[in-house]
Amino acid sequence: MTSQRLAYTYLSDHQREAIDSWRARFPDHDQGRQSAVIQALHIAQEGNGGWLSQQMLDAVADYLELTPVRVYEVATFYSMFHLHPVGRHKVNICQNISCMLCGSDELVRHIEQHLGIGLGETTADGRITLVPEDECLAACTGAPMMLVDEHYYTDLTPEKATAILDSLE
Amino acid sequence: MSANPEQPDDQVTITIDGAEYQASKGATIIEVADANGVDIPRFCYHPKLTAPANCRMCLVDIEMNGKAAPKPMPACITAIGDGMVVRTESERAVSAQRNVMEFLLINHPLDCPICDQGGECELQDLALGYGRGISRFTERKRVVDDEDLGPLVETEMTRCIHCTRCVRFLDEIAGTSELGALHRGEHTEIGTFVGRGIHSELSGNVIDLCPVGALTNKPYRYTARAWEMLSHPTVGPHDAIGSNISLHQVRGTVKRVVPRNNEAVNETWIADRDRYSYQGIYAEDRLQEPIARDGDKWQAMDWQEALESVAGRLKEVAAQDPSQIAAWVSPSATLEEQYLLNRLMRGLGSDNVDVRLRQADTRDGDSPSPGLGMPIAATEDVDAALLVGSHTRHDQPLLNHRLRKAGLNGAHIMALDTRRHDWNYELSEELVAHPDQLARELALIAAAMAAYVGRGVVEGLHAYTGGAEPGDNHKRVAQRLVDAGSALVMSGDAVELHQGGADLRALTALIAELAGAHHGQLGTGANAFGGWIAGAVPYRGADGSPARGMSVAETIADPRRCYVVVNLEPEHDCFDGAAARRALEAAETVVVFSPYVTEAMREYADVILPIGAFGETAGTFVNAEGRWQTFAGVGRPIGEARPAWRVFRVLGNLLSLDRFEYNAPDEIHAELQGLWERQGNPSNGGWQGRPAEPWLGHGSLVRAGNTAIYGTDPLVRRGEALQRTPHAGAARPTLSPATAQQLGVNDGDWISLDQGGPSVRLQASVDDALADSTVWLPAGLEGTAGLGPVHGPINIQRT
Ligand code: SF4
Ligand code: FES
Ligand code: FES
Repeated sequence: MTSQRLAYTYLSDHQREAIDSWRARFPDHDQGRQSAVIQALHIAQEGNGGWLSQQMLDAVADYLELTPVRVYEVATFYSMFHLHPVGRHKVNICQNISCMLCGSDELVRHIEQHLGIGLGETTADGRITLVPEDECLAACTGAPMMLVDEHYYTDLTPEKATAILDSLE
Repeated sequence: MSANPEQPDDQVTITIDGAEYQASKGATIIEVADANGVDIPRFCYHPKLTAPANCRMCLVDIEMNGKAAPKPMPACITAIGDGMVVRTESERAVSAQRNVMEFLLINHPLDCPICDQGGECELQDLALGYGRGISRFTERKRVVDDEDLGPLVETEMTRCIHCTRCVRFLDEIAGTSELGALHRGEHTEIGTFVGRGIHSELSGNVIDLCPVGALTNKPYRYTARAWEMLSHPTVGPHDAIGSNISLHQVRGTVKRVVPRNNEAVNETWIADRDRYSYQGIYAEDRLQEPIARDGDKWQAMDWQEALESVAGRLKEVAAQDPSQIAAWVSPSATLEEQYLLNRLMRGLGSDNVDVRLRQADTRDGDSPSPGLGMPIAATEDVDAALLVGSHTRHDQPLLNHRLRKAGLNGAHIMALDTRRHDWNYELSEELVAHPDQLARELALIAAAMAAYVGRGVVEGLHAYTGGAEPGDNHKRVAQRLVDAGSALVMSGDAVELHQGGADLRALTALIAELAGAHHGQLGTGANAFGGWIAGAVPYRGADGSPARGMSVAETIADPRRCYVVVNLEPEHDCFDGAAARRALEAAETVVVFSPYVTEAMREYADVILPIGAFGETAGTFVNAEGRWQTFAGVGRPIGEARPAWRVFRVLGNLLSLDRFEYNAPDEIHAELQGLWERQGNPSNGGWQGRPAEPWLGHGSLVRAGNTAIYGTDPLVRRGEALQRTPHAGAARPTLSPATAQQLGVNDGDWISLDQGGPSVRLQASVDDALADSTVWLPAGLEGTAGLGPVHGPINIQRT
């Protein structure tokens, strides 16, 4: 087909450069380029309001010269990639075993009530998305805990948690 | 530390369940077990695919140097070692296998009574041996939404056990990577993620690979049970590979087609074309009884009456001028049919019999025989290949599979055609030229080659190069072919269809000769080589004696008074459908032998005799490597239809021709085999046989094309499921961006096209894969039947 390559339609110069630097670290064959998928998806997601559209996934596949399904596999495997639009902040309340034992269920209930949304939903003002249940976030010593964007908040109580959320822009 | 001092270095000895086996170093336990008939349960492992060892069903107990491994190991990826002791049935191994089975069944619906796979399911079989009688799992099972993968493969993804055989097949064999393992852990699903479906020409093989009922055969669904069907070995009827297949039938009705293993031919795969075309056997337009024209009406007749009338008509024309009779016969007819038809025609005094329906140029008349020029299996070991006018992936899917293997192993697979094709691997070089320039491109490759091997100037080449110098690309192609240890130079379907095909074939032969390469020449049909052997060609008898008949192309250009047409639809199957039809319409007498009756036939024919379709006739196909493969018929043909060889035999008797007393096809086969064995190897054309004058080209906007993958013959065109895939349906005339711009055509525009006759209206595509000044428009698609030559001038009007 003659259509413009997706990679040049959906990825900025800057993003493509950033992907290049990852790509250069691996051998230039299918498997090698597959190693750059995770980083490329982060780069694409960041530049796209925190989520990955179908076009973005295809653009990454196109740019790394991989068949699209290789990228879909990675994007659906990791919960850090979001395949639907999200709010400005992603809040992930850990509910795995340690956090659960230390009261994450109550924490979730409280936060849901406070924000008026359930897990997997986004507040009407587009401020916060509550990320659905995930694996252990590897901060069990500080259970219960939550991940807000890139930051860990540990030893939470419902009050502490809502205060943190209220401070988000 | 070899157990046996006489053991060769590359061999090791291992013990499995108490018995000693010798095997090559590097083999896995499961390979040794399989080779020696020891059963190890497995789901994900398949000998033709890489082993991910993800199902864990094959766990076995291992002991090395007297030390037991700490836990059971997967037999499918554990390499053997000298002195290794393997126990597949120890308590620990069996308990491991049972536990894996229990986990696999946790999320499986256990809906065997409504599952098509029931009775032939690897999960069912192994559950019988390793499963518990009662499930301990009382929690909720997961359910997976089904995805529509297209008209060929049905899904029931809740049954999937995530062995990933289907994913790996599409990755490693089909080369399309259309399926993936999406999501994670308990949420893992096999799918395309975007609902694109799977479109590989080999897609049906995932049905055979899937160990459970997740992927099943869509058209076959719910029509029979595995245990009520009889398996009937036969041979694929559409391409020159001759894939070994089995028809599964119930009381003579074919329910489905599956591959038979033959490492030398199709390995364990078959193309979708061979798997799904059987639906055409039961098409609505099957002719049930002989019919003859009576003024404007058609009259049913009994066979005796019909054959007598045919014999009478043929005799009448033959008595005046036998050269006024021409026979066109399908290149997918059996060897026996082709041979008897040849004898009928020659008995009547005419040499005008031909299977090369799609060969537009027969100036090189009496030399080239079709065929691959090498064993099919050996093509996966070539170091270089040049494919001229062949979209091998669609023309001969399993030959492409072999060449792909070679290509992935580093061989230089190269192509020259009028467009770039959608290959499932990367070619080393893909040359694209306008149809008028193909000969020049080949000549430049030949010139570069002659220089490279120090042959100097090749006589006659200048007429094609016009004195031009080879470019770097020509030199690269030439050098790679010469430097290769084993090489193949092959022409394909698009060369057959080319108006200057004789030049292209001669040049291809020259290149093969200069490179010391194998030389192949493949058109369409399952038995084109057979047609040549059977003498169903105008320039040679079955005994190899020369003859001077007229080809299909010649009897189209110089119409005859009487035609005999066997199992084809000229408007689709001849290189110039419009002209072929005109010739038939103008003839006094047209006798058609066909499983089907079409509106077109009713217009041009005088008598139409119903013959058996594929599966209903016993016979032989000779594949591209010259392998004779004989098969029996499954059941009686539909209605009053009869196998064509019987019809020809009776006709031979009615015409009082000598030696037409055959009782069975094997007698015909044996007679022909005797004739064939007495002949030396046929010459395969060559530069010497080139036409006196090069063909000059059309010099205008030219139609280019090949035969669409699901448009090759009447049977596949009636394969209802195949016709609903994106490879079939309405033709999309395709132009290069520059040509489209010149003509003011945009992608998606509706345009009118004509080749001098009636025009058709089709939706255009624009694609930079094409050479300029050409319109890509293959034959055998909806909308192309009324048009002229597949390679010839064409006019375009925007509408
Ligand atoms: S669909 Fe069948 S072949 Fe594919 S992963 Fe599932 S069980 Fe295996
Ligand atoms: S369980 Fe929450 S951080 Fe580990
Ligand atoms: S067959 Fe060995 S792990 Fe699946």
